Amino acid sequence: MAAIEVEMLRKQYGNLLAVDNISFEVSPGEIVGLIGPDGAGKTSTMRMIVTLLPPSGGQIHFQGKDALRDMSLVRANIGYMPQRFSLYQDLTVEQNLRFFGDLFDIPPGEQKKQMEKLYAFSRLGPFKQRLAAQLSGGMKQKLALSCMLMHHPRVIVLDEPTFGVDPVSRHEFWEILHELRKEGVAILVSTAYMDEAMQCDRVGLMYKGRMLAMDTPQKLLSTFPGELVRLPVRQPEKEYAWLCEKLGDDRVQLFGDGLHIKLDDALGRQALMDVLADRPGTTGALQQIKPGLEDLFLYLLEEQHE
Amino acid sequence: MNEFAVSVKDLTRTFGDFTAVDHISFNVARGEIFGFLGANGAGKTTTIRMLCGLLMPSSGMARVAGLDVYSAYEQIKQRIGYMSQKFSLYEDLTVRENIEFYGGIYGLNRRQIRQKTAELVQYLGLEKQVDQLTRSLPLGWKQRMALSAAILHDPDIIFLDEPTSGVDPVSRRNFWLLIYELADRGKTIFVTTHYMDEAEYCHRLSIMKDGRIVELDEPRRLKERYGRETMQEVFMEIVNRKGEQ
Repeated sequence: MAAIEVEMLRKQYGNLLAVDNISFEVSPGEIVGLIGPDGAGKTSTMRMIVTLLPPSGGQIHFQGKDALRDMSLVRANIGYMPQRFSLYQDLTVEQNLRFFGDLFDIPPGEQKKQMEKLYAFSRLGPFKQRLAAQLSGGMKQKLALSCMLMHHPRVIVLDEPTFGVDPVSRHEFWEILHELRKEGVAILVSTAYMDEAMQCDRVGLMYKGRMLAMDTPQKLLSTFPGELVRLPVRQPEKEYAWLCEKLGDDRVQLFGDGLHIKLDDALGRQALMDVLADRPGTTGALQQIKPGLEDLFLYLLEEQHE
Repeated sequence: MNEFAVSVKDLTRTFGDFTAVDHISFNVARGEIFGFLGANGAGKTTTIRMLCGLLMPSSGMARVAGLDVYSAYEQIKQRIGYMSQKFSLYEDLTVRENIEFYGGIYGLNRRQIRQKTAELVQYLGLEKQVDQLTRSLPLGWKQRMALSAAILHDPDIIFLDEPTSGVDPVSRRNFWLLIYELADRGKTIFVTTHYMDEAEYCHRLSIMKDGRIVELDEPRRLKERYGRETMQEVFMEIVNRKGEQ
């Protein structure tokens, strides 16, 4: 049985269709990621699932039960970390955890056990007496996650939980998610980081309320049409503008390590070489690369614009 | 005059017995895009606050646009632009009102403000939205607008403190094209980010750890030296390894 099952879910704000008939499931022990530009409908979708926002249409099942009818069941058994999670800054790490334990009526003995486990998980143990206000960004996010795990939810929903967190702390945060997955927790998470999306079992790309694609990262990547080459450049913005003009801006993307150029039947390697012949020293540097999730993301969005 | 845009030597700041910034030294050339990386809590924000004239150093030397942070902190503020992840835009003002407000703050006169508003609105392609509430703009546009507001007074040096946190890949690219353009016009860009692919866009990078600068080089050379393919891997190695002393 799926932990979360969403069917033809829809949310309308006035004239704006924020979520446009999307369907997907999240199973126990599975991490499902949502990616997409701002305003794609990720947050609205999550808020509907956790019963904070009434849908305009469609169905949500939570562990097999109708989530829209049995909201208190959902709320008691789900963990939700919104984009801007408000920890109590003037409470210590331990007080924050206890507060959330009390909110969910967890008996003191049980709370103590869960806290020990969470300290080990999050490595926040040495900081239990520190005020939340004095934690670094990465530690705050781990505390927020710990707070929402106090009541042992089997289903958790995380809205960009690593917003503004450095790479090392993000890595630690995701280690915790992998640990929870092993315990069979169902996880729905949105992210703007493609390396995080790659760690999901399945990833959905949302755009303008629609689910453009959802599959395992590997399967998604295999749908990238044609091949991809990388051109290292010295002056990225100039070379980018120049190549966009020559090739059309749906083929060329700016990356930190150079420009990524999509080749297919309409533009083969030789044709690209001919274009680059105007610029001495560039052709020799062309390298074939494997597309990443970000390449695919950009490609799918370009396709929508056409 | 071959003065650096930012020049720092043995800069230190302590809070009680905690040393947030510990004898750091570096120079940033004019027109350079300088990436300032580090884990959360490494001392980046404290450094930026000192360079912007918002926080006095405990010791050491720092000059910004040739001005001394100890004595000329008021003049420094007129020569720099600052934008952070927490935008400074007023959500309940319209686009036009925000620009007018910042123009006023930076001491532009009415005519200059009118001219700047027209320039900016056209540049950002916001003609249709100019009288809409800022709240209603997509995040990516707000970001570009916040950057534009931060440079209304035509500063020499622009500090960007995690300007793209939480922004999708398409908007981040547009934002970086804007940054390149500014650098091209001779502006110096001092930027912090947690996106390591963005770090690769910088001309040079410094990596802070526990208040010290532990690496400073071009991204390409750092990757070569560490034998890694991406800055993400380099960063993880540096921050983890040096943390295990």
